[in-house]
Amino acid sequence: MSGAPFPRLHLLGDAALLCELPAPATLAQQQRIWALAEHARQWPGVGETLPGMNNLTLTFDPVAIDLDTLTARVLEAWPKLAAGAVNGRLVEIPVAYGGEHGPDLADVAAHTGFTPAEVVRRHTAAEYVVYLLGFLPGFSFMGGLPPELATPRRAEPRLAVPARSVGIGGEQTGIYPLVSPGGWQLIGRTPLELFDPAAEPPTLLRPGDRVRFVAESVQT
Amino acid sequence: MIVIRKPGVLASVQDLGRHGHRQLGICPGGALDVLALTLANRLVGNADGAAGLELTMGGCELQFETDTRIALAGDDFGATLDGMPLWPFWSVPVSAGQTLRLAGANASGAKRKAGVRSWLAVAGGVDVPPILGSRSTDLKAGFGGHEGRALRKGDRLPTGASMLDAALRERRPFGVRSPDWGTAEDDGAIALRVLPGPEFELFTLAAREQLWGERWRITPQSNRMGSRLDGAELKRKRGGDMLSSGVIPGTIQVPPSGQPIILMGDAQTTGGYPRIGVVIRADLWKLAQAPLNGRLRLVQVDQPQALAAWASQQRYLSQVAQGLAAAGWPRAA
Repeated sequence: MSGAPFPRLHLLGDAALLCELPAPATLAQQQRIWALAEHARQWPGVGETLPGMNNLTLTFDPVAIDLDTLTARVLEAWPKLAAGAVNGRLVEIPVAYGGEHGPDLADVAAHTGFTPAEVVRRHTAAEYVVYLLGFLPGFSFMGGLPPELATPRRAEPRLAVPARSVGIGGEQTGIYPLVSPGGWQLIGRTPLELFDPAAEPPTLLRPGDRVRFVAESVQT
Repeated sequence: MIVIRKPGVLASVQDLGRHGHRQLGICPGGALDVLALTLANRLVGNADGAAGLELTMGGCELQFETDTRIALAGDDFGATLDGMPLWPFWSVPVSAGQTLRLAGANASGAKRKAGVRSWLAVAGGVDVPPILGSRSTDLKAGFGGHEGRALRKGDRLPTGASMLDAALRERRPFGVRSPDWGTAEDDGAIALRVLPGPEFELFTLAAREQLWGERWRITPQSNRMGSRLDGAELKRKRGGDMLSSGVIPGTIQVPPSGQPIILMGDAQTTGGYPRIGVVIRADLWKLAQAPLNGRLRLVQVDQPQALAAWASQQRYLSQVAQGLAAAGWPRAA
């Protein structure tokens, strides 16, 4: 732990600070990002904490805490952070794979060389980790896709991906919370709402959560 | 009630934004010019955070069903209230049945300096239900504001309880000094002050010089998510993917085309393009009002200069508050 690299700090405008770790992004580094976010949220003058992939953005009120003080606090806190401090929940996500819910399952199968049923088996066998939320409310960037399932994005992105579609884009898997344009390969759909502004909390997933997909049905 | 007779290009309910939920992917949104909305709210005795309307490119018509008081800020688009001119940054009584009209962007010919947006405050504020701490419309995610969408013809918006009694409501019109645009450029370009971004060094020396030297044109493909600029192609020293990282309003990101985009309130919370710079908070309002096809000049500053600009804007706001208080004008907490 003492050997953990320090983040590079850089202003993002006059009231936000980017803390960025050296590549490569690892789960251990990301856990320290979440831990720093939890810590920093308690500091007077710090507004929002926004984890990215291998980085954290802190918004702050420069009248309440000046840049030097904030920098010193980050660098002082960093070596003391415990990597396992943020223990996310395990969230099971039921998915109807294939058919109208997952129109690209056959393409993923063709690209990976597996049968559609085997793609589903491998997709549901893995455990995923929510690294961060971004792009859309409740959209999670997850790590943990079995490398053999990696499939390039579609050459022609869809103008309107249906809400709650589960997809594979390159080495990532994720779920579209809302109808939106998107280029990922759609392999299924969940009945769960990923984003409900009236709910508390409004998103099903939070950074640090672990995710398992459960096959509700498979149409091949 | 406010009745939308004509919404124009894009009208939506906005307040100072939905803050505190970035880590869930929820963008702050809100009035793109918070300075204008704040001033308009103060002019009608509202709290700074009351919801108003953001109107785009004029061309709209709103009718008031009750006696009230309104203030328009930003570009006025030749606004009239039942035919009488309504000046921006003025507080004006309105009688039930009166109609506010904003002319379209081209209605008065090309001679005027075309703006983009106006913000309207009404005594008591637009009283739509707050969601996640804000009444702002999230147009992309479809929630907040009025039914989670842009306003349409025939929409009726309730207003909340106002600080103004009948005597104050009917007080004769008055105004405040409008925000300072700074020194005008010879070529009419709007100057925005910018701090170098985290990936500034990723760009070639030529690109970094072009960033400050170019007169950037704001393309019509700009919207509440971002202003797309056209000019020199900003080249990176080397390609390669960037990992998702936080972006905030004002962030100047450069996609592979080399044409920068300045992100605004409705932009997504994280991005994957290099951030060559960030417009300082004190100048974001100018971008919200910068005309399409107009020119921008980006001026490099450091953080102390950015904070001094912010402090100066806060001083102006306190002067307005003091002036209004001295005139016996109420202000909701």
